[in-house]
Amino acid sequence: MEKIAIVGTAQTKYERRKKDQTYYDMVYEVTTAALSDAGLTLADIDNVITVSNDFFDGRTISSMAVGEAAGAHDKNISTVEGDGTFGAFYGAMRVWGGYRSTLVVAHSKGSEGNSKFISNAMFDPIYHRPLGLDAISSAALQANAYMTRYGITEEQCALVSVKNHGNAKKNPYAQLPLDLTVDDVMRSPKIADPLKRLDCSPVSDGAAAIIIGNEEIVRKAKSKPVWIKGVAHCAEEYFLGDRDLANPKALRDAAQRAYLMAGIVNPRNEIDVAEIYDAFSYMEPLWLEGLGMCEPGAGGVLTESGATGMHGDLPVNPSGGVLSAHAVLVAGLARLIESSLQVRGEAGSHQIDGVKTALAHGINGACGQSHCVWILGAE
Amino acid sequence: MSTPELLTITSSDVGAPYEWSIGIYGSKFFQEIRERQRFVGIRCPQCGKVRVPPRRLCGVCFREMDELVYLPPTGTITAFSIVNYPFIDPATGIERPVPYTYGYIQLDGADNIFSHIINETDENKIKVGMRVRAVFKDVNEMEGNIQDIRYFEIERD
Amino acid sequence: MARRVAIIGTGQTHHRSRRLDVNGREMIHEAVTRALADCELTMRDIDAIVIGNMDHFEAINAVDTWSVEGSGGVMKPIMKVTTGGTTGTSVAIAAYYHVASGMFDRVLAIGWEKNSESDTTGAIVTCSDPIWDRYSYSGAIPSLATEASAYMEKFGATQRDAARVALRERTHAQNNPYAHMHGRPLTLDEILDSPMLAYPIKLGDICPRTDGAAAVVFAAEGVAEKLAPRPAWVKANSVRHTNTWFGDVDQRTGLESLERASREAYAAAGIKNPAEDFDVAELYLPYSYAGLKWIEALGFCPPGGGPQFIWDGHTDMGGKISVNPSGGVMSTNCIGATALLRVAEAAIQVMGKGEARQVPDVKTALATGFGGCWWSDVFILGKDKPA
Repeated sequence: MEKIAIVGTAQTKYERRKKDQTYYDMVYEVTTAALSDAGLTLADIDNVITVSNDFFDGRTISSMAVGEAAGAHDKNISTVEGDGTFGAFYGAMRVWGGYRSTLVVAHSKGSEGNSKFISNAMFDPIYHRPLGLDAISSAALQANAYMTRYGITEEQCALVSVKNHGNAKKNPYAQLPLDLTVDDVMRSPKIADPLKRLDCSPVSDGAAAIIIGNEEIVRKAKSKPVWIKGVAHCAEEYFLGDRDLANPKALRDAAQRAYLMAGIVNPRNEIDVAEIYDAFSYMEPLWLEGLGMCEPGAGGVLTESGATGMHGDLPVNPSGGVLSAHAVLVAGLARLIESSLQVRGEAGSHQIDGVKTALAHGINGACGQSHCVWILGAE
Repeated sequence: MSTPELLTITSSDVGAPYEWSIGIYGSKFFQEIRERQRFVGIRCPQCGKVRVPPRRLCGVCFREMDELVYLPPTGTITAFSIVNYPFIDPATGIERPVPYTYGYIQLDGADNIFSHIINETDENKIKVGMRVRAVFKDVNEMEGNIQDIRYFEIERD
Repeated sequence: MARRVAIIGTGQTHHRSRRLDVNGREMIHEAVTRALADCELTMRDIDAIVIGNMDHFEAINAVDTWSVEGSGGVMKPIMKVTTGGTTGTSVAIAAYYHVASGMFDRVLAIGWEKNSESDTTGAIVTCSDPIWDRYSYSGAIPSLATEASAYMEKFGATQRDAARVALRERTHAQNNPYAHMHGRPLTLDEILDSPMLAYPIKLGDICPRTDGAAAVVFAAEGVAEKLAPRPAWVKANSVRHTNTWFGDVDQRTGLESLERASREAYAAAGIKNPAEDFDVAELYLPYSYAGLKWIEALGFCPPGGGPQFIWDGHTDMGGKISVNPSGGVMSTNCIGATALLRVAEAAIQVMGKGEARQVPDVKTALATGFGGCWWSDVFILGKDKPA
């Protein structure tokens, strides 16, 4: 398979509510910004993948709202409904499959709908929806399962929140840069045991775009190419009760295939920085275990050791992660963008030194039922 | 085992509230209706086409637009359909009264089509090509949405 | 260099108005097992899955993750692609790229809809812009009716011309045991006498609401030839989802998105004279008037020439270019599956598996998708592996 790279990126600032902007406005903003970042024009874009969700947008065929704003009036286009990492994978497959370039653009406005209703709609209408399960209550179940199995403590999870909100102070796009202590997190209002407010990501509005190109486009672009070395996705069972919520086996499978494709044998040593989907604080150590960065159950200790801090040997979420900004569907694409900026050396004040290989990760479905793992490299 | 009865589960009416942003151009459109009972469209600097309601981009040219064009509340019917079957309006949860006429109108001065209700439901009295005029709500009843235009009526001499 | 890709198997449910005996996952599973059986594979052999439907119909969010027990996605890569009425062709195209990219060798494409579980019109109305269009937009039928009335005005086409299209579809469905309208033919008079829904569209002119699913297996060159005696090779695919607002589409001209998508696909597949070069076409015609107007956009005949082309019998079984031997969308409409069924039926024709609905000697087949804001997808399949 030929070498392809991410050649353009753009994000909006993530905010609680972008009242003066429609989805169309946000998508146009990041489309033009990504083109400008790449030094390309619309004529260099062969096709477009939009990423949107009908429930968030309050309309069926949500892609209809934004096709034009993404420059797709006379281009081939498709839409992935799911996290941006999955949409970007489809975009990459279209470049490997013959197009010179794909623009991938994701949007969502958590402010315009009712998040509880929207996430409740993920659950089975016959057996689970009437129970009122939603993203937060299901995550609470997973957090409980994980902490009970391995003795991960609430304080260890709180460290993630402290770290990531603190990192967000160096990311101009982040919604919630905060100076926190573990005590602040522990005292924040309890939403669904053991999750407290500061263990949970916010509701956000935002959009992001990337441009993926083949070598011809890489030569034409002005940016430093971020090569796509490995990518894979995998889903496990649907019903929460059919799953071992403390064992992210779908993530493990996706990670292994991504590592294989990228030629990575020892991820803990070979990955220089990771941007992973920490929708809740407990998810960071849990996903790190699934990614093979430590043994099962050792995620809490890994966090305590400081290894995942900005100055550790495996910085995780230097951007502030999803805890600091969570525009659903966009957040995974944001992880991909942040890792790309790290590889390019363009992450500004949250840049990690000497990044050659970065990992980005996104999830779909409740409690991370489905995962997409990306490996990006400087060469 | 005897054949089980085939069951279904109904959700009952579910309300999913949304609050959509209109954007700068759209907001201007509704302001003009409330203040001056006229329409405003926007012209693309590249292809010259005028579109209403105004929007930020000409999708065809992928160009931002900012030249507002004020339009009269009159136009021509380009297509229509008299709807006979009732259905639940998802915006209100209430059944829409039928018959009503769904119309495509080319406003004078615009290059695209504006869709709204035409208040003629007798198929013998409405034809493509007829002239129509917008009828607005009373100004103090206007809410800043598309229903501030009550309907379009056919201009008969 | 992209790999060549072929369809090696298809499966579909027997489409009905209401499938009370299965829930959505189970219905999907039926189509999936039939597709696997058609190419003698098991789920273990499938490397990735793409699935699509229209969310608000069944009101299920995150259908890719919800479906896994039925779609076979447990511990497999799965993603959801959805673009309204064109979903089925978008799903087919996504599966094609999963394979063409070199990432996966055998990919399952699934389209499904359980329309009986929805308030279809209420849901479709939500596709329109909530601020500008939704107040007046009344769903698919009146919107299509505006196109029909403009076409009749321009070319003098009649309700009878449109009814001839409907007659063809309903007659062809009698050869297709899977079709919703199998066993329910209509005469020209019955179509003309059916209730008027939104002038000029009558009940006999419009597609039904159906519960159904379809699944199609795509495989890479080197693999396809070993698994199917006559794979249906993908020669071209093209999409134009051209507009965001209904008012930007001028009903007085031809279907622009289909003109553009077909020109691009024809160029890639070396089609010069579509009515001659294609042996069969499975076209997404949601209502009868489309069968007059949209074949002009496809270049079968000049603008205004649709009615004559139809009355001359060119699109009937045995005609120059048989259209919708399956009975088409007017005989079965499970929306998320509908466009995928066009691809599946076109593949069935190329693979020679059409039985009572088989067109003889099919070398090249055309499939189209339609939906959204007057959007079009074009998919071309052929008997010979592309060069």
